[in-house]
Amino acid sequence: MSELTLTLIKLGFLAVLWLFVLSAVSVIRSDIFGTKAPSTPRPAKQKAPSTKTRKAPRGVPTKLQVVSGPNTGQSVPLSDKPILLGRGTDAAIRLDDDYVSTRHARFATNGEQWFVEDLGSTNGTYLGSQRITTPIPIGLGIQVRLGKTIVELQK
Amino acid sequence: MTTPVWVPRKRRGAEFFLTVLAVFIGIAAYASVGLGVEGTIPADTYKLGGALVVVAIATHLVVRRVAPYADPVLLPLVIALNGLGLAMIYRIDLGYEQVNPDWKALANSQLMWTGFGIVAFAIVLLLVRDHRRLQALTYTFGFAAILLLVLPLLPGIGRNIRGARIWIGLGPFSFQPGEAAKICLAIFFAGYLVVKRDALALAGRRFAGIDLPRGRDLGPILAGWLISVGILIFQRDLGSSLLFFGLFVVLLYIATERPGWLVVGGLLFVAGAYMGYLAFAHVQVRVDAWLDPFSDPDKNFQVINGLFGLAHGGILGQGLGQGSPNLTPFGFSDFIAASMGEELGLTGLMAILLIYGLIVERGLRIALTCRDAFGKLLAAGLALSIAIQVFVVVGGVTRLIPLTGLTTPFLAQGGSSVVMNWAIIGLLLRISDQTRRPAPEISTFQSDEETQVVKLS
Repeated sequence: MSELTLTLIKLGFLAVLWLFVLSAVSVIRSDIFGTKAPSTPRPAKQKAPSTKTRKAPRGVPTKLQVVSGPNTGQSVPLSDKPILLGRGTDAAIRLDDDYVSTRHARFATNGEQWFVEDLGSTNGTYLGSQRITTPIPIGLGIQVRLGKTIVELQK
Repeated sequence: MTTPVWVPRKRRGAEFFLTVLAVFIGIAAYASVGLGVEGTIPADTYKLGGALVVVAIATHLVVRRVAPYADPVLLPLVIALNGLGLAMIYRIDLGYEQVNPDWKALANSQLMWTGFGIVAFAIVLLLVRDHRRLQALTYTFGFAAILLLVLPLLPGIGRNIRGARIWIGLGPFSFQPGEAAKICLAIFFAGYLVVKRDALALAGRRFAGIDLPRGRDLGPILAGWLISVGILIFQRDLGSSLLFFGLFVVLLYIATERPGWLVVGGLLFVAGAYMGYLAFAHVQVRVDAWLDPFSDPDKNFQVINGLFGLAHGGILGQGLGQGSPNLTPFGFSDFIAASMGEELGLTGLMAILLIYGLIVERGLRIALTCRDAFGKLLAAGLALSIAIQVFVVVGGVTRLIPLTGLTTPFLAQGGSSVVMNWAIIGLLLRISDQTRRPAPEISTFQSDEETQVVKLS
């Protein structure tokens, strides 16, 4: 085996090793920058809202609306402050519902996404048939149930 | 204006591609060792190659089946390290065989242990379907950890190998229970801190700009410190005591988000290390070898040889099979980083360290995205245990810190270490599968019967 061949093998091996490390990094990239077309983020961003109609309603929620239950029709405008729901006097909407706790649930935002969090209520806060135990991100039109009351985020 | 969203994707295809590359690295390393040492591709390349392919396919299928949303890069990274380690151990076997024809090859047993490691990996993924179940067993794991740590001290099964009493012998096998204790302790710490972190975080007073915890909350950290000092005294194992204590302090910091614990932990560590230095001759030897290895070349033979090996490697290395890593004692286990540095050079060693860095990054990423506190702490703990281990070993070999005996995860020869590190990867993949899985479909509800706690009328 000549010196040159061995050197080439050595360099080739190092190259493959680095290729592996860099491919692993490129797989991870999508985790950090989001999944959809991370290489060309700009055109994708501009196109997306105009052309496609998506299943989930798009846009920024502006109010929290009671859609079912004793307080149907009431709403609170959203700001960056958390919104407390319950039967207590400090609640944003005083729910007149026997199955709602005094401080029942809280809606809060991190600036981008709204979350709903149960505050240890007796009867629980539900998304569908799932009782929530941790803050859960919610979008427009997702119905959240507290006792007999259903609320959702609306535009 | 929308921010890029994170869409749950399985990414098993990307994992497969990386796995193929990782297996290729392992086989290429093995073949190039043969070319470098003997001028031919070793006749049993098909054996190692076949084994690596089987390992890759088996793990890939297990993950596809039981953890389809698991992290796609963790497994290939580990397979690459394992393959590189096997090739280097084989290379050092060849080196020893030239001097001593009776040398018992270590690469074969390492291959066997890798097989056991895969089995452990699969068992963890199959048995632990939801990592949150482990939280119920917090104290069981804590007790198991202490039991495992005490085992080597028991007469009969405990064995004293090269001055450290950290082994147990079971028939022909010897095993380091400390490796298993590492996982048990990580589970215990995570489970314990999830429950106690509020008490630890909220009470305390501020001193010199640092939030210091209350005196009575110091109990657990003192206990952790005592255990690690106990290991240091009774088992003469510097590395493990450093690992356990470091793990505990860092997890306390993560759980409570209070830098005060790092200060307290650091001070306790300095105190323990200084006492250890004064009290034990073997600690003094290590510290002297760190500060000035050339003052006593006979005693510090190993450290000096490791340094010469790294220097010999230079930027691009001597090439696999063309250096002389077999001159360094334990070049296949404790000093495998120096062996890698000699044959692959700084370029190769950096790639290996980056692979470790990526493994730790994936672990911390899993911790960040995990939805439950226990999983967060457990993933962070497991990832950091790998980080601390690599730092302690590579730092010791490169003379950044005093040399202590810990294994380089996945690279170094050592059965218990390989098996347990594979189990750690299994746990991490399980947590990551839970984390990356899409949230259950939220439908508008048809009936409220099933959720109603109190019935009307």
